[in-house]
Amino acid sequence: MSPSLDPGIVIVGASLAGLRGAEALRLHGYAGPLAIVGEEPHPPYDRPPLSKHVLAGELAPGATALPNLVPLRATWHLGVAATGLDRPARTLRLGDGRVLPYGRLLIATGAQARPWPGSEEAALDGVFTLRGRDDAAALRAVLAQGPRHVLIVGGGLIGCEAASCCRDLGIDVTLVDPNPTPLARSLGTFVGGVVSGLLERAGVDFRPGVHVELLEGDTFGRLRRAHLRGGETIEADVAIVALGAVRSTGWLAGAGLMADAGGLTCDGACRVLAADGTPCQDIYAAGDVARWPNPHYGGRLIAVEHWGNAVEQAGHAARNMLAAREDQQPYAHLPAFWSSQFGVNIKAVGLTEGADTVAIVQGSRATRRFLAVYGRAGRSIAAVSFDEGRWLPAYAEQIRAGRPFPPIRDATDQTRIATHVPGFPAPRRGRAAPAETGGIHV
Amino acid sequence: MSDTLLAEEPRVAPAGTAPAPDDTLFAQILDPANRANPYPLLARLRERPVARQRDGRYAVSTHAEIRSLLFDPRLSSEDLPPSRRPHTGHVLKDWILNPIKDRVATAHRPLIFRDPPAHDALRHLVMQQFTVRRVRGTHDRVTAVVDALIERCRGRDRVCLVEDLSYPLPVAVICELLGVPEADEPQFQAWATQLSTALEPDARRDEDTRRANVASFDAIADYMKRLIAEKRRRPTDDMLSGLANHADPATPKMGDFDLISTAILLLVAGHETTVNLITNGMLTLLRHPLELERLRRDPERAPRVIEELLRYEPPVHFRTRKALGDIAIAGETIPKGAAVMLVLAAASRDPACFPDPDTFDPDRADNQHFGFGGGLHYCVGAPLARIEVEIALVRLCQRLVRPCLARDPPPYRPGAALRGPASLEITIDGIL
Repeated sequence: MSPSLDPGIVIVGASLAGLRGAEALRLHGYAGPLAIVGEEPHPPYDRPPLSKHVLAGELAPGATALPNLVPLRATWHLGVAATGLDRPARTLRLGDGRVLPYGRLLIATGAQARPWPGSEEAALDGVFTLRGRDDAAALRAVLAQGPRHVLIVGGGLIGCEAASCCRDLGIDVTLVDPNPTPLARSLGTFVGGVVSGLLERAGVDFRPGVHVELLEGDTFGRLRRAHLRGGETIEADVAIVALGAVRSTGWLAGAGLMADAGGLTCDGACRVLAADGTPCQDIYAAGDVARWPNPHYGGRLIAVEHWGNAVEQAGHAARNMLAAREDQQPYAHLPAFWSSQFGVNIKAVGLTEGADTVAIVQGSRATRRFLAVYGRAGRSIAAVSFDEGRWLPAYAEQIRAGRPFPPIRDATDQTRIATHVPGFPAPRRGRAAPAETGGIHV
Repeated sequence: MSDTLLAEEPRVAPAGTAPAPDDTLFAQILDPANRANPYPLLARLRERPVARQRDGRYAVSTHAEIRSLLFDPRLSSEDLPPSRRPHTGHVLKDWILNPIKDRVATAHRPLIFRDPPAHDALRHLVMQQFTVRRVRGTHDRVTAVVDALIERCRGRDRVCLVEDLSYPLPVAVICELLGVPEADEPQFQAWATQLSTALEPDARRDEDTRRANVASFDAIADYMKRLIAEKRRRPTDDMLSGLANHADPATPKMGDFDLISTAILLLVAGHETTVNLITNGMLTLLRHPLELERLRRDPERAPRVIEELLRYEPPVHFRTRKALGDIAIAGETIPKGAAVMLVLAAASRDPACFPDPDTFDPDRADNQHFGFGGGLHYCVGAPLARIEVEIALVRLCQRLVRPCLARDPPPYRPGAALRGPASLEITIDGIL
């Protein structure tokens, strides 16, 4: 192929990962053609503010556009989804029928909100999911009109942040979750209990251990009430379905890749694996959609649905895309996330999954200002801070190095370290799926 | 700890091995003979990012390691090497009264010597009073004081910067912010000068200095107690009134002991450091006449100049912490109980972070200096210091005609932690 006909690099997903990947390619000296395909009509935007400042009305949905840090000289295909991948022909099929050739491909299609299981119920007026900018804009418009009662299904990060916003707006909220506390799946019930306290103080009607069976509409197709397992009902004109996310891999059906709703499997260097397990030399993935063997966790396949991973993995994949085959660097990312809700800043590093122990190592649960560390088989694997984020980097360092649990003794503001059972719920199953809280899938 | 550890015998390296690293570098930095230019020593110190010194202290001198330690919960600002009270010869006093007094004093140390959670509560209350409105509101007053101080030099061909401007300015500003009557300012200046020596590690060992500090502390504490009572009787719009009449039911208010020690801290910490920054700033500009001229023509450059000053000639060269547990860092293990010297000034010239670190370059990008420290003890007065120094330097550059250093290097005060010239003689051709 002559250089002028080189179709260059195509990035699927005009997302945070897509944008940062494109920038990294240019920063690393890639000068060839670059195309970016995005299903939404919007240029890349930032998601964390959507469930916070946008819902609160402090930030217009359009003001979440991500700054472009490097001149990209890219061709943008926005408002058109990639619908298929033909690897032998090295082409993408687009939703408008076009076929886009690629030389190398970076897949950053992310994830989408897990929809309410009943599609008719999900289509009722007043039933929302919260994932994209348009979702946030629509929900904000409704919240601004002062709904009578908001039901939030799922006490994960998004559910709790939405509840916090609603209370700030003076709106009555019921939050239901099948687990005994919010954030149980990501933080366990021991730490989740602190969040229960935050909900209660803020006046949220929190219903633990509750399953929603049915969303009922009126004759005009507007949400009227929710029916709970056991027969009870909750009157609500707005429902926010916050059941986590599923990976956007449906468009890859038939492409011969290892892909399912849990992600697109990659090798340690972010190269996508073909169905036979061999890495594709010209297809990489990054961000929420990518599932890769994480060296911090024994090489287990992990997909991380958080902001920091999108940025870092995209940069890493871009670097490897431009490197020689023998110079592919493994991607070792320590997952991290943050949330702000009910006036508290929550930050976490590491994976709590499989933790058998948790201890408050600084501060106290009573003051709602503390740092908790999670242990698994005697090693420190994760830490979470409530309004104590300043110390988290020190603990991240310990977790990265696989230090024994608890990792730091003799810290300031540390009393006797008592260990507790973290209290993680059993794995999900069945229809009324519990909330996706940590965004971590194995 | 530094107070009590006896110096070890020098170790002799066995023949055929590399020479043992110099474990007296920090002591050399403390030596007043090296005060005028400690930077070559700081560069040598950086060769070992975490270096055990012969006296058992650990000196940390590189940017990455200091940044990491500033956010390490195992480093404490409390319970630093204790200042021993002298024996009075009176058994009862030595064994009962003084230890109680010590305990009370320890429990109410100012927030720079406290750890969380007490530190956080105190700092929160201070920050509530250090409002943007209040800090910005000092602008006109600072300008007026600076201009009046410069005006007083009219008719002279020589300015003593420290005496004529650097010293009187910060004390006037902090007194106004706190709500200390103008008439009491000279007294405050004397106390502040004396008490800032308490931050020098060697001063804690020197019996005369220590005694003088205790006397100043008692006098200023007494004064503050009366002033606080006055602020409660007749509240005015100042920080001390705000602290003394704290009315927010959501947060606990400061006890009277903490109130006194906080007021003293604000005075001392806001004073000596700002004096040094102004003096170091003018010294540096006079050594870089091109930069002085550029600032004179373009006062908009001031923020860049000041950030570079904070990196290049910082007012605080190091701070002391104590290791609460063993800390493994940069191939060393700092043992539990060790005194740790965070040599901020060395890190601000770390070539791994700052290209060409020994060049004064206000145009450098990404200037992440430690001029105001970092972590939870980051200087609360940083915005105020920036205002004071900006106005002082810009007005000096604009109003002094052909300023020249009369003596370079200038004589320095003894302090190594809070390092600055004792005087700065500048010849001038007049005042504009």
